[in-house]
Amino acid sequence: MSLSILAIDDSRTIRDMLTLALTQAGFDPTVAEDGIHGLEVLDGMQPDAIITDINMPRLDGFGFIEAVREQPQHQTTPILVLTTESAPELKARARAAGATGWIVKPFDPAKLVKALNMVAGTGTA
Amino acid sequence: MTKPDPMAEIRASFFLECEELLEALQDGLLALDGGDKDPETINICFRAVHSIKGGAGAFGLDDLVRFAHRYETVLDAIRNGTLTPDHDTMLLFFKAADFLSDLVRSSQTGDGLEPDLVEGTLLDLESFTGDAVKEEEAATDFEPMAVSLDLSDFDLPSGTVYRVIFAPEPELFKSGNEPQHLLRALAEAGTARITCDSSKLPRLEALDPENAYLSWTVDIETEVSAEDLTELFDFVDGLCSLVITEVSNAPPDKPDLPAPPPDAVDISNPGAPLASPTLQKSNGTRPTQTPNATVRVDLDRIDRLVNLVGELVINQAMLSQSVAEAGLTSDSQVTSGLEEFMRLTRDIQDSVMMIRAQPVKSMFQRMSRIARETSGAIGKRVNFLTEGDNTEVDKTVIERLADPLTHMIRNAVDHGLESKSDRLAAGKSEEGTITLSAAHKSGRVIIEISDDGDGINRPKVKQIAETRGLIPPGQDLSDHEIDALLFLPGFSTMTQVSDLSGRGVGMDVVRSAIQSLGGRISITSVKGRGTTFSISLPLTLAVLDGMVITVDGETLVVPLSAIVETISLMDDDVKRLGPDTNVIHIRDVFVPLVDLGVELGYRSAPTDYEGRVVLLISQEDGARMALLVDTIEEQRQVVIKGLQATYGRVPGIAAATILGDGKIALIVDPVDLMTRASGKTGTPSEDLQLAG
Repeated sequence: MSLSILAIDDSRTIRDMLTLALTQAGFDPTVAEDGIHGLEVLDGMQPDAIITDINMPRLDGFGFIEAVREQPQHQTTPILVLTTESAPELKARARAAGATGWIVKPFDPAKLVKALNMVAGTGTA
Repeated sequence: MTKPDPMAEIRASFFLECEELLEALQDGLLALDGGDKDPETINICFRAVHSIKGGAGAFGLDDLVRFAHRYETVLDAIRNGTLTPDHDTMLLFFKAADFLSDLVRSSQTGDGLEPDLVEGTLLDLESFTGDAVKEEEAATDFEPMAVSLDLSDFDLPSGTVYRVIFAPEPELFKSGNEPQHLLRALAEAGTARITCDSSKLPRLEALDPENAYLSWTVDIETEVSAEDLTELFDFVDGLCSLVITEVSNAPPDKPDLPAPPPDAVDISNPGAPLASPTLQKSNGTRPTQTPNATVRVDLDRIDRLVNLVGELVINQAMLSQSVAEAGLTSDSQVTSGLEEFMRLTRDIQDSVMMIRAQPVKSMFQRMSRIARETSGAIGKRVNFLTEGDNTEVDKTVIERLADPLTHMIRNAVDHGLESKSDRLAAGKSEEGTITLSAAHKSGRVIIEISDDGDGINRPKVKQIAETRGLIPPGQDLSDHEIDALLFLPGFSTMTQVSDLSGRGVGMDVVRSAIQSLGGRISITSVKGRGTTFSISLPLTLAVLDGMVITVDGETLVVPLSAIVETISLMDDDVKRLGPDTNVIHIRDVFVPLVDLGVELGYRSAPTDYEGRVVLLISQEDGARMALLVDTIEEQRQVVIKGLQATYGRVPGIAAATILGDGKIALIVDPVDLMTRASGKTGTPSEDLQLAG
């Protein structure tokens, strides 16, 4: 099944890499450059999962997740946080904001795909 | 065409992005250094370094990751307010930014950097935050550790049976996690039997839809270790109760297994209370992906386009000429159509040139680094300012300006600014100021480097030139002429060749580099107040606005930028100063008169000047000359064709062009002519090629 994924990162390189990894996995990625842009893009789409960076201009990942969770239609949309830190307090903050899980950068495309499949319930196989 | 490797493309784009990020970092640091207290400024710096780290990690650029990580940690300390930046911190931040940019470059080319250098800068950085960072370091140490969901290749004895009891808490549902998905992932790790315990489920009227009542018991035979099973539940750690116990190595249907709880529910339809409203798949239109603000284009393609546009301009000129010769009236359709065509050609040309244009900002930032490094090396405090960072200049011009500017900035710090004690003695602030500015001025780009030093020591300059035999001793020279001595080959004012500016590169090399770009350099210096070097450059290397003139039947082009005005002479305007020296009297000033025909050897000087046409030419420093020509034909854009490759340097001639009738016309270099004709200071001729 082709999952539709919204991927948000302020780094063009990471966006390119996410697009590549997701496309190769047969997913249908849409990208955005920061939290505000992410919300704009999200308005009108119902992605199967969202991937977001934390450190971003205008609206960071925490703010973005909180804003997404406020929208009734996105209360259960899986949101994976993409972060270079694996610090527990970051995980805790991400979770408090409403994140489903996290992926540590640099990400392994295969693992990213598995994690997406798992949170979106499409099976890891 | 072979399909390019997508990763290689992303890698190339990563390094481009790094350049942008480094620029943003530099801007942010400058703002911080200038006392900017906006928290977003430090955030921008932090994010720039952070993004570099993120991308570098993806490409396994370990040195870059390591350095960026430490740098980021210190920046974070400032962001959190645990560290307040002072002057020394800022200096170190700049140094670290420079170093980061070196690392980016070396990562790109694959050359390693000196490990000692890396460590040294790292230690400096860390000394600012001390132990606090080290501790945090341990917590956030950057390890590429991803969630391990790859359960296929574990080398464990098969047949271990675990019992997993999983009871979600209501918060789990708020995180967007879904028990069904977790259980499915778990089941895929081996052979599983899943039973649901719905005993806590209340009666429907008492059911709180936001609460969690179900739990699951999974007996799974798997080759995966208990830790890896736990890791599957990493995302919901703390949002559920999870107990994993090893039961035995026996197959799961052994009779000694405790019986699964009653009310087994098929996992494919878990009755977990849903905290969420029903999901509605919206079939609404997907927002179109926002278009990228930039497109990356191979420079070769742009150059090809520039060349083609050049040909188009020539062709259009030829067409205009044919139409004119056909004797069509000006209100004919062909003529008006042609006018529109000319306008379009001009627009296309401008647009193409704009593609090549880039803000000088990145180069200015490099120069700011040069100034910092130079001032650090010789212990002078320098306040380096830039103006007009967003002025756009042809990319090639920017690239080729880097070396001459580097040299001039070093000179300004090393020679231009006085020593600390001299400054204080002169009643100036201890910190010297160097300003690098760029601006567009009447179709050219003016780049100025000013210092607030002591100005050129003219007696000393003259004396050195005499000692070196560059000029005959005892000449009476104007200030301007003395300043021009600095450009003579083999001139160096420092008796002791200093480490920085005295690298065997003199101002003569700087000047020829600038001249090879079709540019000019001039000096203004006021004793005790400072020196300004002013560089004037054409906007592009490909076309030129020119005045088409004739001299003795030859058609020539004079760059419009050099012409101040055209004057029709009366015989008594001309005053003879000597056998070969004439001046004309214009508005209370005497300007040397140069006959282009004579200078280029076409004919001898006329005896009568009545009604003759002169072009008043101005140099960047304000020096003027009247250039005598026979007729003025028209004013037009011409495409520059270099001569140097074929003919070497031709005195007084900058380049050539092809006119509308297909004839070749030489493009005059009026300033070289001026220098040559006045014979001042015996300046040798330099390359005057405008474009290749």
